[in-house]
Amino acid sequence: MNAALNRRSFLRTSAAAAGGLLVGFYIPERTKATAGILTDSKLNAWVHVGSDDKVTLFIHKAEMGQGTVTSLSMLLAEELECDWAKIHTEFPGVSREYGGNQGVVGSQSIRSSWTTLRQAGASAREMLIQAAAQQWGVDRSQCRAANSVVVNTATNARLSYGSLADAASKLPVPTGIALKDPSQFKIIGKPTKRLDTPSKVDGSATFGLDVRLPGMLYAVIERCPVFGGKVSSFDAAKAKAVPGVKDVVQISSGVAVVAENTWAAMEGRRKLTVQFNEGAVAAFSTPGITKAFIDAVEQGGGASMRKDGDPAAALAVAAKKLDAVYQTPYLAHAPMEPLNCTAWVKPDSCEIWASTQGQSTARNVGARKTGLPPEKVTVNTLYMGGGFGRRAREDYMGEAVEISKAIGGPVKLTWTREDDMQQDAYRPASYCKFAGGLDAEGWPSVWTTAIACTMFGGNGTAVEGIHNGPYTLPNMQVDYHNVDPGIPVSYWRSVGYSQNVFFGESFIDEMAHAGGKDPVELRRRLLAKSPRTLAALELAAEKAGWGKPLPAGHALGVSVANNIGSNTVQIAEVSVVKGKLKIHRVVCAVDCGQVVNPAGVAQQIESGITFGLSAALKGGITIKNGRVEQSNFFDYDVVRIDEMPKVEVHLVPSNAAPGGIGEAATPGIAPAVCNAIFAATGKRIRQLPVRAEDLA
Amino acid sequence: MPAVKFTLNGKPQSVDAVSAMPLLWVLRDTLGMTGTKFGCGMSLCGACTVHIDGQPVRSCVTPISAVAGKKITTIEGLSPDRSHPIQRAWIEEDVPQCGYCQSGQIMTAAALLSKTGNPTDADIDEAMRNNICRCGTYEEIRRAIHRAADIQRNTGGAR
Repeated sequence: MNAALNRRSFLRTSAAAAGGLLVGFYIPERTKATAGILTDSKLNAWVHVGSDDKVTLFIHKAEMGQGTVTSLSMLLAEELECDWAKIHTEFPGVSREYGGNQGVVGSQSIRSSWTTLRQAGASAREMLIQAAAQQWGVDRSQCRAANSVVVNTATNARLSYGSLADAASKLPVPTGIALKDPSQFKIIGKPTKRLDTPSKVDGSATFGLDVRLPGMLYAVIERCPVFGGKVSSFDAAKAKAVPGVKDVVQISSGVAVVAENTWAAMEGRRKLTVQFNEGAVAAFSTPGITKAFIDAVEQGGGASMRKDGDPAAALAVAAKKLDAVYQTPYLAHAPMEPLNCTAWVKPDSCEIWASTQGQSTARNVGARKTGLPPEKVTVNTLYMGGGFGRRAREDYMGEAVEISKAIGGPVKLTWTREDDMQQDAYRPASYCKFAGGLDAEGWPSVWTTAIACTMFGGNGTAVEGIHNGPYTLPNMQVDYHNVDPGIPVSYWRSVGYSQNVFFGESFIDEMAHAGGKDPVELRRRLLAKSPRTLAALELAAEKAGWGKPLPAGHALGVSVANNIGSNTVQIAEVSVVKGKLKIHRVVCAVDCGQVVNPAGVAQQIESGITFGLSAALKGGITIKNGRVEQSNFFDYDVVRIDEMPKVEVHLVPSNAAPGGIGEAATPGIAPAVCNAIFAATGKRIRQLPVRAEDLA
Repeated sequence: MPAVKFTLNGKPQSVDAVSAMPLLWVLRDTLGMTGTKFGCGMSLCGACTVHIDGQPVRSCVTPISAVAGKKITTIEGLSPDRSHPIQRAWIEEDVPQCGYCQSGQIMTAAALLSKTGNPTDADIDEAMRNNICRCGTYEEIRRAIHRAADIQRNTGGAR
């Protein structure tokens, strides 16, 4: 019996031995799959065919709602010619076969898998066909595959994939197989239901937080409320007296309370006394941080991110000039599933169960925290209850590994919602100062931008969407000032575009109105050399009825975004009655190249708009004495069902290489809404979130 | 720690737990029923919604002592086979994205449907506005509730 099966029996036996108190032990999906696969046929890293005809597709990415399990399966199945109704998916472990850095960031899954996975499907199919040809003693050209069956076209004999799998797996892996022309696609491009839906309507989908192991304990951590602060001392006596608390251990990020269940751990944490050395960040509060941004911009200079023409000279001769200052706050990610990780460190191995956007990151942090080589660290990928960039970080996984190492057993670390909101790495706050100039006919001739923001991932993330925005003017300048008060910042769905598209699309709207131009007409002119973006603009304008009569009090606002290899144009229809904003509908035209799953694209556009709308209307993290002032959904609210506008998604047909989609629609919603607010009221919103007093 | 007795998904259940321990953690950690989700711990997001005597209740703020003698239904007990009209409609409309909030959305919607057989958009707003979804499945939820009402009518009334 193989190790995987031994382990499965062990888990079952343990459950029985526990006398029924612990039911529903989590048996890792990987183990279940591996148990079958070891006796069956692996055709390549993505495709396994069982002798029972079961096709298992290994999804080397992770699922956080973006539909990757379904869309990657579509890529594999298109060429594999397997029966879509019978496929089964699993998340494999970390492996070189899946590339150097396994994870889901930057809306890359389709873009990075588009060719690889179709080739993997095609190669597996060819091996199955070859095995059939050999069995029949006929030429490969006489065989055809469809619906998990190879057919002998001369005799009409049929062999199932399951019956061929063993022989196929012994054949050499073919390379250089010609892939289908898009006109031959049977699956790609067709609206396809998500494979994960059934398990998400009956509670059976296993998220990171749902992992259960025999003998597992539960942990929470008390961390310094000030970023960068350290534990100086703690008293665990009262915490240890709480029923169910098993241990209190100090780790690098704070003091962990370990208990029989999550609640006991939380209760223990409440009784813990910890003294912190708060450190330098305690000196910072939001007003001071904003002032530091303003001072940096006003001082001038900075890193030059773009300079075209002679902006200073162009401003000096402009027929009309305008200036504006825009601001956006820090934002928390606030995925519905609070951060968590389960780890089991043994003397010679480390196993991690995590809802993570970074499987390679998980393995690396496991290795670093234990001192084990990476190959001794096993990563189990679980469904994520949202990620939005937060789950690309390693902090919460490293903590779980440290606790398991300290207590010598399996442990599940749970972050509370308050931990999640106050110990995040935030979308950075940003400050942006524009100057623009119009020519004698009212068209923009020059546009300069100075941005102050905290850098991460290079200067580019702070100015993306501005220095590489959709429009080209003869005179352009973008300068960047890195101001770092020590508040942790990181990737947040659509990254720099999340604030910069609001800045840029609002200011171009200001320039349109200042020159007496229609906002769509102005963009049309500036996009003359960008046919794909222009086509999306025309489609959105047509579908939204731009320029046509609207109900009394309603107005439209438009925005354009080019990020993650896709083009989106949004038009929002709003009204403001007695200071109350209502968003009636949003039309979004999208050109994301070749579409894999149109239903998935529509979901992700709606999703991105919802996420961006929460930021536009509600979100804002503020700092006081180095601490985050918000703590839960009562003071960090998000858009609710009754506030959600109708979203209409229109696809621009395209055979261009696929773009990304998960982050495409997040940036454009704030400027579309704010430009519509201006059209309705004459009030220009230059700071997010939109406040009641801005509309009064 | 006196044992607390209640009915869970139609079966008698007895649990030894600290009386203040929220039902959420009893379900998830003690009983291993992880379909009910932890989202906020303060009755703010709705991810932990279960039915207690047919009413939608936030299990994260419901002490186990408060459920003695009550009938509790969780997502695992809504139907044995995803056949509840809400579950069927959720599948037909392909509602979930990340799916984490959906147990709570479904339990809240099922309670609405049992009370209001043909909910209007305003009824849906009222019943569902305290269930947060960060992925933005709201429009699909709305469509699915209307569809579930149709399913319920066509299959012979409330369950």
